[in-house]
Amino acid sequence: MRQSHGSRARRFSAPRIPSPDSRTLSMLAYYLQLGLRSLRRNPALTTLMVMAIGFGVAASMITWSVFRAVSGNPIPGKSAQLFTPQVDGWGPQQNLKGEPAEALGYVDAMALLRAHQAKRQTLLYPLRLSVIPQGSRELPLNADGYAVTADFFAMFEVPFRYGGGWSAQDDEARGSEVVISSKLNQKLFGGADSVGRTIGLGGHDFRIVGVVSHWNPRPRFYDLFSTSGFADEPDIYMVFNRALDLQMRTGGRNSCRGSISYTSWQGYLQSNCVWVTPWVELDSPADVARYHRFLENYAADQQRAGRFGWAANVRLRDVMQWLDYEHVVPPESRIALVVALGFFLICLVNTIGLLLAKFMRRAGEIGVRRALGATRREIYTQYLVEAGTVGLAGGVLGLLFTALGVSGVGILFQPEIARLARLDLSLVGLTFVVAILATVAAAFYPAWRAAHVQPAWQLKSS
Amino acid sequence: MHIQIRPILAALRRHKAGTLLIALQIALTLAIVCNALFIIHQRLANLSAASGVDEANVFVIANMWADLDRSTEQVDAQVRADLLALRQLPAVRNATPASGYPLRGGGWDNFVTMTPEQVKPTTDAAVYTGDEHFLDTLGLKLVAGRNFRPDEVMVMGTQQAITPPTAIVSQALADRLFPDGNALGKSFYAMGTAPSTIVGIVDPLHRQGVDQWSNGYAGQALIWPLRADDERGIYYIVRAKPGQLADAMREAPKALYAQNRLRIIDPVDGIQDYATIRHKVYDRDRGMAILMSVISVVLLAITAAGIVGLTSFWVGQRRKQIGVRRALGARQRDILAYFLTENFLISATGVVLGAVLAVAFNLWTVTRFEMSHMSMAYVGIGVVALLLLGQGAVLAPALRASRVSPVEATRSV
Repeated sequence: MRQSHGSRARRFSAPRIPSPDSRTLSMLAYYLQLGLRSLRRNPALTTLMVMAIGFGVAASMITWSVFRAVSGNPIPGKSAQLFTPQVDGWGPQQNLKGEPAEALGYVDAMALLRAHQAKRQTLLYPLRLSVIPQGSRELPLNADGYAVTADFFAMFEVPFRYGGGWSAQDDEARGSEVVISSKLNQKLFGGADSVGRTIGLGGHDFRIVGVVSHWNPRPRFYDLFSTSGFADEPDIYMVFNRALDLQMRTGGRNSCRGSISYTSWQGYLQSNCVWVTPWVELDSPADVARYHRFLENYAADQQRAGRFGWAANVRLRDVMQWLDYEHVVPPESRIALVVALGFFLICLVNTIGLLLAKFMRRAGEIGVRRALGATRREIYTQYLVEAGTVGLAGGVLGLLFTALGVSGVGILFQPEIARLARLDLSLVGLTFVVAILATVAAAFYPAWRAAHVQPAWQLKSS
Repeated sequence: MHIQIRPILAALRRHKAGTLLIALQIALTLAIVCNALFIIHQRLANLSAASGVDEANVFVIANMWADLDRSTEQVDAQVRADLLALRQLPAVRNATPASGYPLRGGGWDNFVTMTPEQVKPTTDAAVYTGDEHFLDTLGLKLVAGRNFRPDEVMVMGTQQAITPPTAIVSQALADRLFPDGNALGKSFYAMGTAPSTIVGIVDPLHRQGVDQWSNGYAGQALIWPLRADDERGIYYIVRAKPGQLADAMREAPKALYAQNRLRIIDPVDGIQDYATIRHKVYDRDRGMAILMSVISVVLLAITAAGIVGLTSFWVGQRRKQIGVRRALGARQRDILAYFLTENFLISATGVVLGAVLAVAFNLWTVTRFEMSHMSMAYVGIGVVALLLLGQGAVLAPALRASRVSPVEATRSV
């Protein structure tokens, strides 16, 4: 049966027995041919299946590309060594349903920094600044960035194009060193090495010590207090103590409790308002445990000193725990993914039904083939391969829809998130693999039914 | 017309797989479509929330100061000069300083208490600041009391937290604080040591935020008579004369730069009209509504097509039996009724299972994403829609079946 399409003459003139491998291969090629022919036989049914698979795969891939972008690990090499300490300075009646605030006030932040209990530690808060260009003709530029301490760059593995960060001595000296982004460097200095040059920020002069090459981990794990995690790359990093000296208020969030009555910078620093995000680097579980104990002791000391009227309530979350706690993945992208997967599942159920109809319509043909000696296994393989061709066609269509969808994903998600969705090689591969595997999986039952067609019964009734 | 269910059930038992697949597909489709409808309806409701602002004529300028080294007095002098310049523009009706604006997508909000000692807040209010031109500039409707007087407007520097003795509140906040309705003249504490007395009530006034947390305090907002002279920057809200929005938006930045060049008005999003503000703040909601609509429509189409496909196959398989029935005296409409009933039985099983799945999915989103409970009306609509869809889809193959000639019974037996 399986050789019936081949050339009889060649079969006799080349009597060598094909090796098992090439035989299997030629069989598969033959099944593929049969599959394609069968696809052409019921164009309506085939179109319907291919469309269903295409839509289902595309919906899943589009939402997956967004979900993948927002749920990834922004610093894979170190996410388990970086921790953000939280200390409850608000107490059980005003904290976040038992959880400490998501940032620290000045007093606690400085206490943790000075205690120096971790291998590396940094404090940071966002700044909104203006760059006043040298020439008086040009208008000032907006520059967003962070006040950070020296360890920031090493802790977060910030890559430099020129120069580098500053030292702990510069922190102590409250120096006017700044690090700028390549983007700002391009705007101000045409991309030249600007290390050593002066930059005017908010009316004060600063000295550039480093230029960061493109660095914008997303989600922005280190500042989830003020950002949703998907902001544009920062332009500037400034010495934390220098920003304090200049009384620069946070350009991000500020959250307070009780009654607010400060009337000066000092009053603000001593208030219960939280606005500083601390990070520490801890290498081993023992270090983590030790730091956690330190935090508890610190909070207990504050209670003894009368500053806190409640028992120690501290947290020490690493990067992934912090992303999870802060709900960085927007609920929309999760719901969209779940709904899209449900949609794909329905498409597959639909495909099972249609394949069943398609295969069983050929029960007579199967009966004849079985009667002529085809094994169940061969029938089974043939129909799975046929389903595979449907999956392949569905994959091609799905890829088309995915490409369209990813380019139009800005309609569906916020621009800062939509921008992250990309049709890369892995997504293309995944689209095909998912389409083919899912269709073949959907074909298991219909193909099994086809393989179990009773030859005698079919021959009798036709 | 007498329809026999028993033979249909007997026939279905011979097509277990197909029957199950259609029922399952209908169930899953129902579960997803109900929830999608619910999400679409909720999101569309968000999209059309009233802001209270005269959105056709109002725009917002985000003005950042380039020079951070100025005293509050210097900043205030500049702000007052800017406002004067804006108000004098021919296309401008009015302008106000502000620290935020409705639908900004988050911003300043304060807890509100009835007494200064109260630790657990009564509610939370979005905080707006502005001068005596705030109400007219935004086009807010004053439903009780009076506007701010010029002499009530205070100045707040960067490092200060000032609580003015007077406030105008939204109707929603007034109702929340004083359910008896006599809010005017009463006072409250909004994280200050001194109380603020309500001198006016506006309705409506949307909060700055549109997120879930803000929606928990929907429409609750207060306005303080303050020029918040932050050294970092300020918002100017401007109301153009009717039909002159474009002119006003073009003239305003020129007028400001003519006052002083040491400022930043972002060329991309430094000036936004309310159409843009509304569009931006609701992009999540709009996106979800679009995605869910597309998925629902495609899903219903695929399910319908699936039913057509499988039923057509059954009809083809049973041509002989149909012929026999016809030869034995069954009328065309009996055959039609047979297939319609068969589909109804399958669909009914599907929608029962689907209703359970729909509610389960909703409960999952409630616990996982703090979404609200779905009204059973959505399930009802979904059930009716899917039953109709099933009947509609089966109609064509059933009609074809009913046209099978009794002669078929004699063929190739």
